[in-house]
Amino acid sequence: MSTEHKITTQKVNFKVFRFNADEDYLPYYENYDMEVTSEEVVLDILNRIKWDHDGSFSYRRSCRHGICGTCAIKVNGRSTLACKESMNDMVELFGNELVIEPLSKKRAVKDMIIDKGDFWEKHAAVTPYLVADIDENPESENLVSPEDAEKLDEADLCIQCGACHYACPAVEINEDFFGPAAFAAAYRFSADVRDNSTSRLADVNEEKQGVWDCVKCFECAEACPKEINPIGKITKLHQMAFQEGIAKNNVAVRHAVGFKKSIMKNGVLDEGGLVLYSEGPAIVKHIPVAFKMFTKGKIVPPWGITKSQNLDEIQKLVKSSSTVKF
Amino acid sequence: MEKLKYALFTGCTAKQSTPEQMMSTMAVAEKLGIELVELTEASCCGASHLQDYDDFLSLVLNARNIAYAEKHGLTMVTICNTCQLNTAMTKHRLDNNEELKAKVNEKLAEVGLEYKGTSDVTHFLYAIIDDFGLDKLKEMVVTPLSQFNIAPFYGCHNIRPSELQNETHKTAENPYNPTSLDDLIIACGGETVDYDEKNKCCGFHVELQAPHTAAVLTGNAIAGAMDGNADWMVTPCPLCHLKLDTQTAHASEAIGREVELPVLHMQQMVGLALGCTPAELGLNHHLAKVDFV
Repeated sequence: MSTEHKITTQKVNFKVFRFNADEDYLPYYENYDMEVTSEEVVLDILNRIKWDHDGSFSYRRSCRHGICGTCAIKVNGRSTLACKESMNDMVELFGNELVIEPLSKKRAVKDMIIDKGDFWEKHAAVTPYLVADIDENPESENLVSPEDAEKLDEADLCIQCGACHYACPAVEINEDFFGPAAFAAAYRFSADVRDNSTSRLADVNEEKQGVWDCVKCFECAEACPKEINPIGKITKLHQMAFQEGIAKNNVAVRHAVGFKKSIMKNGVLDEGGLVLYSEGPAIVKHIPVAFKMFTKGKIVPPWGITKSQNLDEIQKLVKSSSTVKF
Repeated sequence: MEKLKYALFTGCTAKQSTPEQMMSTMAVAEKLGIELVELTEASCCGASHLQDYDDFLSLVLNARNIAYAEKHGLTMVTICNTCQLNTAMTKHRLDNNEELKAKVNEKLAEVGLEYKGTSDVTHFLYAIIDDFGLDKLKEMVVTPLSQFNIAPFYGCHNIRPSELQNETHKTAENPYNPTSLDDLIIACGGETVDYDEKNKCCGFHVELQAPHTAAVLTGNAIAGAMDGNADWMVTPCPLCHLKLDTQTAHASEAIGREVELPVLHMQQMVGLALGCTPAELGLNHHLAKVDFV
């Protein structure tokens, strides 16, 4: 059997975002046609644009080994760590027309270089370090068991590249929202058995900025080049809030708890009842839409709900399997 | 071809706020000769909110739902992206963790049930594409939707996390460039509209706690489809439908532009192409008026 490794080439058109905040009023796109080899990664293309086409083209790169997180950009809207992403895979995903853009166009400073100030501010805001009152001269090592280390769920592998942060649609809309990378950092230290922070978990449970404003779209899980699964960490932070008794009695928390109550009562959801339980008197703001839905036969009254068959089974399981109280 | 038969997990919405989705599912299944055995014993999947509150309870309840499909010896078919995600995620976790499966089965045994892992879980969209086949569907089209530009709206939980969903159905969906719904539109004779927001979030899951975020996402999605000259949108997810169909006033206000388009369930689109009547498909239940039929 032949072990010869064959390098192939193909022609790719790159439409590249260009912008210099010191000179340009608006960004523009420059086209570059190149023969791309199967050996190259996206960073090689950025290098070739600078070296062969335009020396003023600017981007960030450092380690070239997928560990510093510096070179993250977007290719056809997909957050990508340029030094890790193979060109072959990009062409397979999107074809031979590729759009190269910075992680956030609105934060562009020069070409691919963005101002990541918001990312670092939010990272700093979640107390991203171990809070522990440790004896400066301990008699023995402060050991963490393998089982306890497992609980970090690889959150400590985050390289702060910002791929998930700038892929998150909630970050794009809500400037207060911490975003998936900050939550992954918050989880990493909150899950550490040595940590004694009393404020971190409360901070990430605040309305507007915290985990309850996550839209659950899984963009962060797709974007993460280290497969950290930030939304998995967000879910665990939700669960921690209940387990540690810091979940506040607000609309988001009641909305989660309301599911259990509704399932206990009907098996299925009572959708209207769930909104009432979550919102309380504020439900009146939904009346105009609710009225339109009612006229179109989209609202079932509480007495019209078809309960699950064998509801007694469900009720028994809810009673015996519940692990959380609120 | 042997007659296709599935255990239908309706989810809660199809029985309440999107009755037209249930009607159109049954109408399309009948036209295609697909038998659906409704899992009337099933509970709510938790819709990702119960999972935030009590992970173990969510696993037990979803395992119970799958256990009923297993009792029928059938693949479970869902008609909601979020039901699909929660059920598929439960199955993945239990099938890959014997210890967790044993703990869940300890609870299920209290009600005489067992989760074995023998039934697959798929969405009706992929049942049509993977099992029934688009070529066969094309042959059955009696009213091609050729005069329509149709904007597909995929919904997050059918395409992400891709690793999980691609092990669930045969159509390997690229979350950055999904094709299943586009292929279905073409099979029904329509023209697909390509727009940036087709694989983005509709905002449904934060409608109560972050209404502005939710409204902007909804508005952007409809605006993207309108800018692509869509006559209407189509989605396989009833939650996306609810956002896009009923929240247009909030969405318009949030993005500073009037946005509204008819938003059909995937089953309604297929039903129209197969010659079902608007009444059979429940097209009168929409808030954004469907005035082209």
